[in-house]
Amino acid sequence: MDLESIVKALNLKVRSGEDKLKAEIRGGYTGDLLSDVMANSNEGDVWITRQVHQNIVAVASLKEHAGIILVHGSEPAKDTLEKAVKGGVPIMVSDLPGFEVIGRLYALMNKTG
Amino acid sequence: MGGNFDNAGEVSSNIKTVLKQIGLPKDVIRKAALVAYESEINIVSYARKGMIRLRVVPDSIMIEAIDEGQGIPDIEQAMQPGFSTANQKIREMGFGAGMGLCNIKSFSDVFHISSEVGKGTHLRMIIRASSAVLNS
Ligand SMILES: Nc1ncnc2c1ncn2[C@@H]1O[C@H](COP(=O)(O)OP(=O)(O)OP(=O)(O)O)[C@@H](O)[C@H]1O
Ligand SMILES: [Mg+2]
Repeated sequence: MDLESIVKALNLKVRSGEDKLKAEIRGGYTGDLLSDVMANSNEGDVWITRQVHQNIVAVASLKEHAGIILVHGSEPAKDTLEKAVKGGVPIMVSDLPGFEVIGRLYALMNKTG
Repeated sequence: MGGNFDNAGEVSSNIKTVLKQIGLPKDVIRKAALVAYESEINIVSYARKGMIRLRVVPDSIMIEAIDEGQGIPDIEQAMQPGFSTANQKIREMGFGAGMGLCNIKSFSDVFHISSEVGKGTHLRMIIRASSAVLNS
């Protein structure tokens, strides 16, 4: 499954990295503590968080995440967005609470495998 | 470097790029990225200034993080998962879980830490390419 199908299915708004939406998603990780995400997430994961500070772009690119989904109406901070555009890191946003985004995503990804 | 979070992660990103160019195994690069990043963030969070040094030898890499700053009064306590003195500003950025040092240690094959209060902290980590890779 690629980011584009997730964007469609969950009606996400894409804020950066529009040209990287064909990237294959291998899994997902959720967390707002960056040291937890650094240690436990994997390459190709989509990272679901509420953190909006520019450090999320550094973490996502170091870990080679497929992209970041900000939940519950969070928007990337201005310098976060600049860094994400520059670094080609997809940031997507949803108004839904994290629990719902993750639940739907999980169902979706486990249906098509 | 100390106190400025705007470019935090850049040193680690450079290290990762270099290691990729050398063509080191993915696993080594993954570990090095974590070790460098957590070290870098600790310097920015708790030290006045510091540097990260990378040394590459055929079968392993060494990463050193050397800073001038407040130092760590009780290293054993600082190594405890969950122990953190991070202030509100640092926590708002998603740091301060008290996991950085333990994760550095568990992602390294050799881990050394020494610190002097009021002077600074010195971390030294070695990450080895796995024997499976070396033999192949
Ligand atoms: N370079 C350093 N200089 C001074 N104190 C440090 C340094 N590195 C770590 N410490 C102290 O050790 C504590 C634990 O560090 P550690 O990296 O494990 O967790 P943290 O930085 O608090 O949170 P996290 O890394 O999970 O975001 C810090 O809160 C700080 O008090
Ligand atoms: Mg830390």
